[in-house]
Amino acid sequence: MYPFTYIKAKTNKEAITAIGSNSNAKFIGGGTNLIDLMKMNIEMPQQLIDITSLDLKKIETLPNGNIKIGALVRNSDLAYDETIMQKFPMLSKALLAGASPQLRNMATTAGNILQRTRCSYFYDTAMPCNKREPGSGCSAIKGYNRMHAILGTSDKCIATHPSDMCVAMAALDAIIHIESANGERTINFLDFHLVPGDTPEKENVLQPGELITAVEIPALPFASNSTYIKVRDRHSYEFALTSAAVALEINDGIIQNARIALGGVGTKPWRCKEAEQSLINKKATADNFSAAADIALKDVKTFQYNAFKPKLAKQTIISALQTIGGNNG
Amino acid sequence: MANKNENDTLVNDCDIITRKEFIAQTSAFTAAITITTSSTKKIINKLSAPAPGMLTVAMNVNGKEKTLEIDPRTTLLDALRENMHLTGTKKGCDRGQCGACTVLVDGRRINSCLHLAAMCDGVKVTTIEGLGTPDNMHPMQEAFLKHDAFQCGYCTPGQICSAVGLLKEGHAKTDDDIRELMSGNICRCGAYQNILDAIKEVQQNA
Repeated sequence: MYPFTYIKAKTNKEAITAIGSNSNAKFIGGGTNLIDLMKMNIEMPQQLIDITSLDLKKIETLPNGNIKIGALVRNSDLAYDETIMQKFPMLSKALLAGASPQLRNMATTAGNILQRTRCSYFYDTAMPCNKREPGSGCSAIKGYNRMHAILGTSDKCIATHPSDMCVAMAALDAIIHIESANGERTINFLDFHLVPGDTPEKENVLQPGELITAVEIPALPFASNSTYIKVRDRHSYEFALTSAAVALEINDGIIQNARIALGGVGTKPWRCKEAEQSLINKKATADNFSAAADIALKDVKTFQYNAFKPKLAKQTIISALQTIGGNNG
Repeated sequence: MANKNENDTLVNDCDIITRKEFIAQTSAFTAAITITTSSTKKIINKLSAPAPGMLTVAMNVNGKEKTLEIDPRTTLLDALRENMHLTGTKKGCDRGQCGACTVLVDGRRINSCLHLAAMCDGVKVTTIEGLGTPDNMHPMQEAFLKHDAFQCGYCTPGQICSAVGLLKEGHAKTDDDIRELMSGNICRCGAYQNILDAIKEVQQNA
């Protein structure tokens, strides 16, 4: 690890002022991804601003029924929160499918959103990587790309977004609250992460000097009928090959509303609005789920070692929808 | 005198290098630097940055107040092992993947290899040494012995701290729950079944 100075911020304002005066500073919350990246000399901040003392640790139900999750709420506390388990089971399940209990006890909500890809070439500083060193090339496109993305890729980068939690948040149309010296703003979750395009080093729309303070989950009554299914090489403690967060509202066997988002296949948490639309006013049958999965995956582009992913992702979507929508026909 | 002679030789050798040769050699060296990648340049810049100041951190470790002078880069794991000489906590992967470094911070199990000691000011840390002693073992330590829940023992302090944290969290209802919630602790000897038996016994007796 390269040398850095350490300061502890006591208020949001202190944190924002500190990061505003040092463009090479970074906030540290749980640190589970940042410290790892610093050990690998991928992140080399000159200063760490410890924000764990900030008052951003509450999970509140707002008067309009939305849930506001403080940026520093630990992944384990969010996963086991009774309101979340009851009203948004897909979010609880996604969180519990990620990392290990120890890491979930450390990792924060905002840190989870800002975590970086686990592409092995991004981590290997001896190899070219456009995300780590813009212009150096992508080692994954013609390398061992079994874990890599099939949606949202570019000729510069095919790294997957690693988060499980973010897949549920994409499905739930979460809203990210941000504070900076210029005041407060919100960003829709789906607009927060960026596909790599020509600038894979730019992963989200957060501006320098901005602090994520909370994530708001809009009330969605039918999300109580939701789930998250993750397929991986090991049963536990492994990143997704494919995953799906789904919610269904069904009346008399007819689908009224649907939410579908995918993990392990996209360069960002992947929402499938067209597939959701295709299910509305249809019967909750395996054939309709299968047709929706085809729509969700119609733009896939596979690489040498991940050609299995479209079929696996399709089965993951169908299986998730059947889990909450019944195994009919 | 031998030293003096060696020095003389060095000086003489230096004298032999002409100004022209010196310039040629340093130019080659400069060229070598110029063609390095931008990441190498970044690393060179970082290395020439001034050394950061030491930090004073006070924490309660196994019931004792400890005050440490540490480099900001020090992880809790290294602070425990190198500064406090509590070597019960083990360094495995040092990247949060194996769980050997698991300790309890304010009662919650965490990976001490990914936690900065600087962030531990005012916290309460419990390591394997703080759970029990050979004469007065923690029930989980006793159960691990009884069920032969280890072979080489390297992952054991982390397994035991993790198991204590798991029972405190109270989310494990079935064998599969325990297996899933112990998945952050890897055992290369494969003592998993016996680890499960040990944890179940402590859970049932609680």
